[in-house]
Amino acid sequence: MTAGAFLQIRDVVKDFGGHRAVNNVSLDIQKGEIFALLGSSGCGKTTLLRMLGGFETPTSGSILLDGRDLAGLPPYERPLNMMFQSYALFPHLSVWENIAFGLKRDKLPAAQVAERVDAMLKLVQLGKFAQRKPHQLSGGQQQRVALARSLAKKPQLLLLDEPLGALDKKLREETQIELVNIIEEVGVTCVMVTHDQEEAMTMASRIAVMSEGRLLQVGPPGEIYETPATRFVADFIGNVNLMDGRLTVDEPDHAQVGCADCTHHVGHGITGTEGMPVTVALRPEKIRIGREAIAAPGDAPPQFNRVRGTIKDMSYFGSYTVYHLQLASGQILKVSTSNAERHREHPLTWGEEAWASWSPTSPVVLTQ
Amino acid sequence: MSAVRSNRALGKFAVIGVPYVWLLIFFLLPFLIIVKISVSEMGAVSVNDLITYKDGVLSLSPRLGNYATVVRDELYFDTYLSSLKYAAVTTVLCLVIGYPFAYFMARARATVQPALLMLVMLPFWTSFLLRVYAWKGLLTEHGWLFDLITASGLDRPLAAANLIPAPGQLMNTPFSLVLGMTYMYLPFMILPLYSNLSKMDLRLLEAASDLGATAWVAFWKITVPLSKAGIIAGSMLVFIPCVGEYVVPELLGGPQTQMIGRTLWDEFFSNNDWPIASTVAVVMILLIIVPLALFNKYQAEATEARS
Repeated sequence: MTAGAFLQIRDVVKDFGGHRAVNNVSLDIQKGEIFALLGSSGCGKTTLLRMLGGFETPTSGSILLDGRDLAGLPPYERPLNMMFQSYALFPHLSVWENIAFGLKRDKLPAAQVAERVDAMLKLVQLGKFAQRKPHQLSGGQQQRVALARSLAKKPQLLLLDEPLGALDKKLREETQIELVNIIEEVGVTCVMVTHDQEEAMTMASRIAVMSEGRLLQVGPPGEIYETPATRFVADFIGNVNLMDGRLTVDEPDHAQVGCADCTHHVGHGITGTEGMPVTVALRPEKIRIGREAIAAPGDAPPQFNRVRGTIKDMSYFGSYTVYHLQLASGQILKVSTSNAERHREHPLTWGEEAWASWSPTSPVVLTQ
Repeated sequence: MSAVRSNRALGKFAVIGVPYVWLLIFFLLPFLIIVKISVSEMGAVSVNDLITYKDGVLSLSPRLGNYATVVRDELYFDTYLSSLKYAAVTTVLCLVIGYPFAYFMARARATVQPALLMLVMLPFWTSFLLRVYAWKGLLTEHGWLFDLITASGLDRPLAAANLIPAPGQLMNTPFSLVLGMTYMYLPFMILPLYSNLSKMDLRLLEAASDLGATAWVAFWKITVPLSKAGIIAGSMLVFIPCVGEYVVPELLGGPQTQMIGRTLWDEFFSNNDWPIASTVAVVMILLIIVPLALFNKYQAEATEARS
């Protein structure tokens, strides 16, 4: 950990009664980062965010923002602002008054308040709606008002609680990019909480995966997806095939894992002992499927990294298709293929036998 | 199919119609009779002298003399004014006492809220009259509360504020009247406020706090404006019956606290002047209809704003 990180979370613990919601979390977040806390509901991510906002007090541990300990500061004295889940816009105030609320609390002169509110309205392109009440706006517009309100006071840190959770899927995708653009334009450091991995992946520069109050893995989206550290992370982020097996060969430049249906040949060494139980994680899009027993790509010996099965199910998603291949042991192997061509001659179909194969760089060997 | 539909229409009509018929027979009809009496003179009991149908012309000849009397006579005017005053004071007191009560009830742990609600409702389980009599017992000389107030010297500021005529006299004063009415009507203030405040989204207060508002500022800028509908509903529920209140002024009020409910009683049953009594009643209803109409207008606007 670097000493001078902008936001430092040190050994933070939060107990509710007998339940430990946040368990010894330490995190360093740099200035200008968009950082996502990702996890399913009840994993402690929201509690952690609320401790940053000052709505919960840590049982132990400390939180430092720009070198200053936030302990004992009530929310209204913290140099940060939060965009609440489903926005918490004041229903009796107009858009303009909602954005001005925080500025007025700072006792700014009226002219300065007006100037800042107008600038915020321009930033989120809601100038026309200044006099509307929140209930007269669409979900997307409300989200932008909430963003403008939380940015109006020029916070050092912006907290986003499920920023897009209240929007429908199509709008969410558009808004993700728009939101990141605005945050980057303002240049504010941002910590967001989400249970939606796609949202975390597209928006955040770094992600922390949380489960049962602990941080499981922290890293950029690509790293979390391609090299998950644990079985939980691999399973939580994206689609994955998990195959249990034993480490049979462990050389510096390659390793082999024997599973029920096949043997995995991995192009790097594992820090483990031969014979230990491990799990192999294999992403569906990294597997090729075909009628013929093609040799696995890469430099793996031909008998490894391939398996035969029966197509039990096919899910067509438009841009790709997922095949559910039942292997000899009964395990289902998910394989996804991109539908690059509009029509394929003799496409694979239900009940057919097919071969799946993958390269030595594809499997990830998980020891925990 | 059509039989089913007509059955359903009939059922719908019955459900909506029964209360309407009830109000028609037991409210509108008697009210019209009162209106009729108010535009008659003593002794005139027939409709015939009010409405005449002669040579194909229907003519109404109401006697508005009673209204002129009621409006001109200072005694009635002062009584109306004093009714409005005591109703207003009671409403404000109920709001001042009831708001914090409702607020803390709504913010109490969910498990104790039903018990608190029960405590507010509990007085309704005993007779209204009995409770007013109980106050009489507390406030008359050497009553429990009387002793407490006189011993602590609280009666002197009360006398200075002209709420009691002299120290040592608590019963049958403006003080005892307002105390009694506030006590009686407090639940009608608390219940709508509680139901309003308990529905409030507490994250709005967190958002206010996040934006720099202290708890005090958040209360005045967020909680109070958002509970406006509850404040108005509670105030109406207290103010309207208080204007025409009869029992409390009769038992706890005094010569200083003439209220319209008592005047009404006196005119009907002591003076037996039904036309004047009916006029007083009609004017009272008009007085109450104005705030009620304003309230309905506000509610309609609020409903429109929400949709």
